[in-house]
Amino acid sequence: MPIAPLPNLLAALPEIFLAVAAMALLILGVFQGEARAAKEVSWLSVVVLVVAIFMVGAQNGVRHVTLAGMFITDGYSIFAKILVLIGSAFSLILSIRYNERENISRFEFPVLVLLSTTGMLMMISANDLLALYLGLELQSLALYIVASFDRDSARSSEAGLKYFVLGALASGMMLFGISMIYGFAGSTGFDTLAAHLGGQATPSAGLVVGIVFLIVGMAFKISAVPFHMWTPDVYEGAPTPVTAFFSVAPKIAAMALFVRVMVGPFHTLLFEWRQVIWAIAVASMILGALAAINQRNIKRLMAYSSIGHMGYALIGLAAGNAIGVRGVLIYLAIYLFMNVGTFAVILSMRRGGKMVEGIEDLAGLSRTQPAMALALGIFMFSLAGIPPMAGFFAKLYVFMAAIDSGLNVLAVIGVVTSVVSAYYYVRIVKLMYFDEPAAGGAFDRHIGVEVNAVLMVASIIIMFFFLYPAPVVAGAEAASAALFPG
Amino acid sequence: MIVQAICFYIFSAIAVASGVMVIAARNPVHSVLFLILAFFNAAGLFVLMGAEFLAMILVIVYVGAVAVLFLFVVMMLDIDFAQLRSGAVRYLPIGATVGIILAVELVLMFAAWVFAPEVGQALAAPMPGAHVTNTAALGDLLYTKYVYAFQAAGIILLIAMIGAIVLTLRHKPDVRRQKIGVQVSRRRTETIALVKVKAREGIGEEEGVR
Repeated sequence: MPIAPLPNLLAALPEIFLAVAAMALLILGVFQGEARAAKEVSWLSVVVLVVAIFMVGAQNGVRHVTLAGMFITDGYSIFAKILVLIGSAFSLILSIRYNERENISRFEFPVLVLLSTTGMLMMISANDLLALYLGLELQSLALYIVASFDRDSARSSEAGLKYFVLGALASGMMLFGISMIYGFAGSTGFDTLAAHLGGQATPSAGLVVGIVFLIVGMAFKISAVPFHMWTPDVYEGAPTPVTAFFSVAPKIAAMALFVRVMVGPFHTLLFEWRQVIWAIAVASMILGALAAINQRNIKRLMAYSSIGHMGYALIGLAAGNAIGVRGVLIYLAIYLFMNVGTFAVILSMRRGGKMVEGIEDLAGLSRTQPAMALALGIFMFSLAGIPPMAGFFAKLYVFMAAIDSGLNVLAVIGVVTSVVSAYYYVRIVKLMYFDEPAAGGAFDRHIGVEVNAVLMVASIIIMFFFLYPAPVVAGAEAASAALFPG
Repeated sequence: MIVQAICFYIFSAIAVASGVMVIAARNPVHSVLFLILAFFNAAGLFVLMGAEFLAMILVIVYVGAVAVLFLFVVMMLDIDFAQLRSGAVRYLPIGATVGIILAVELVLMFAAWVFAPEVGQALAAPMPGAHVTNTAALGDLLYTKYVYAFQAAGIILLIAMIGAIVLTLRHKPDVRRQKIGVQVSRRRTETIALVKVKAREGIGEEEGVR
């Protein structure tokens, strides 16, 4: 009996490390007992994520395909993985104090976040439809659980159940699409698919149907319209640090996967799938701009805001070339810090030991807590895309890519919707700076050293991105070049 | 050849009929039993196709575990199935539409397969020939070529387990738990009190047996 050669595991080292560390922390938590372990395991998980960032960063940008062609690392995967790991680490840091205060502090939470992050890294490195699906399920299953982590709250349970049922539906559609693609192309490997489809003059109808179903599944995961229905309810119902986590890491991972699938194996079918991406990008931008206007709950507002932002990021994908992908990656990097910062402020909205989530509660914040108001003001201007905040440059790069590929209509719609959405972002700034303080008085003072630190880092990055954008832009450029060799 | 054809029609007819009965039966327990029958017939179809490993897995996993679990759940839960089914007629048109679309797509796929035979050359894992049973062939692939997928599936199951515990396990303080260490290390003196009882006096209250 011949023994199969061991595949090159070095490329997958960060994923293996994360999975093993998660299991080790699970054992540690079980043996320590619940009450004591939660905080310790949380901080250890942050350390694990930071170590993983360095492990990913230590990889060189050369293309490696391993594990029987299912797993790929290249410059693109390094950039996207670092973003995801930063997002997860920030969300975990934000969660620790909140979970303790709300009495839902349990050691399984960081373990689930770590396992979910493992799934996200696997998604980013997927080089096979099978690996894509397994990575996606790995991250989603853990997300369903953390959505209903506050199990004594009806809203949280509802959020988890809703997310689970709709997520299962999306997975089903995606699997159907994958089976169609496999049936027509005879393979699930991205490289084989690219070679097979490259030689065909016209794609068969069944293959296009399969790709559309695949897009449906991916669009659900990034909550693009018309597959966004779950987003506001889940964002509102889930515990706030979980919402913060949802709005960054899974979105970035799913978007990175989306880009890899579309411009990788199906690149030759650009004209088939571009119309679909065009339509969902336009729908997401419009809905994100209009539906958020009437929201009173800030978590719901952020849900619609993230739908809109995913629409802008999709513009870069619709361009379908290296400039477009660079735009998507820059957008995701800036989106990450804007959202983490905003959620750090939302998590600090406590009055008398209880969370408040109304937008009106922010009224007069500049007088009671000027520093926090300034930070939130920066994030809101940035989300609206007003220069010189980083959010402006994010939009600039995707719109440039759109015009470069002749998608002028898309760019115009993008500009118009971002003007509309500026209304509700700037309204928050107006509430904080020009309105009388809210009835309940100031927010609680002790928001925590680590929350303050996250807030500070995020606001400095967003505020001063324009002075030194080179690392992000150059990184995104190298990453997108990896997807378009030659 | 004729035997195989007869077997195929018998298995598929029973599978379709019991599939219909799963949703048509009034008694939910009957539904689950019909589901088990459908699984058995699907397993028969797999055997006819030469996929004996899948057939056995279907019987062991679906009939042996999943369907029996269903049966227990159906019998334990007090669900009013008549009420659940009351909206069925209302949703029939949309359900039928989706079903027809799926059927059309399946036909489409089957037709294109016939018309485009060259995809067979791109197959990820073609069957290695008659001398290898497909159990062995699957085993060869699963732990070598597909080891990544295998491990990932394992982690997914771990998450499912953690999730079930996190979301449902509640420690009740008033429940007596078995602590084997404490029980084994109990000493005779802690539990037994030897009392000299004088005749006709009985045991005093304060020296009562614990």
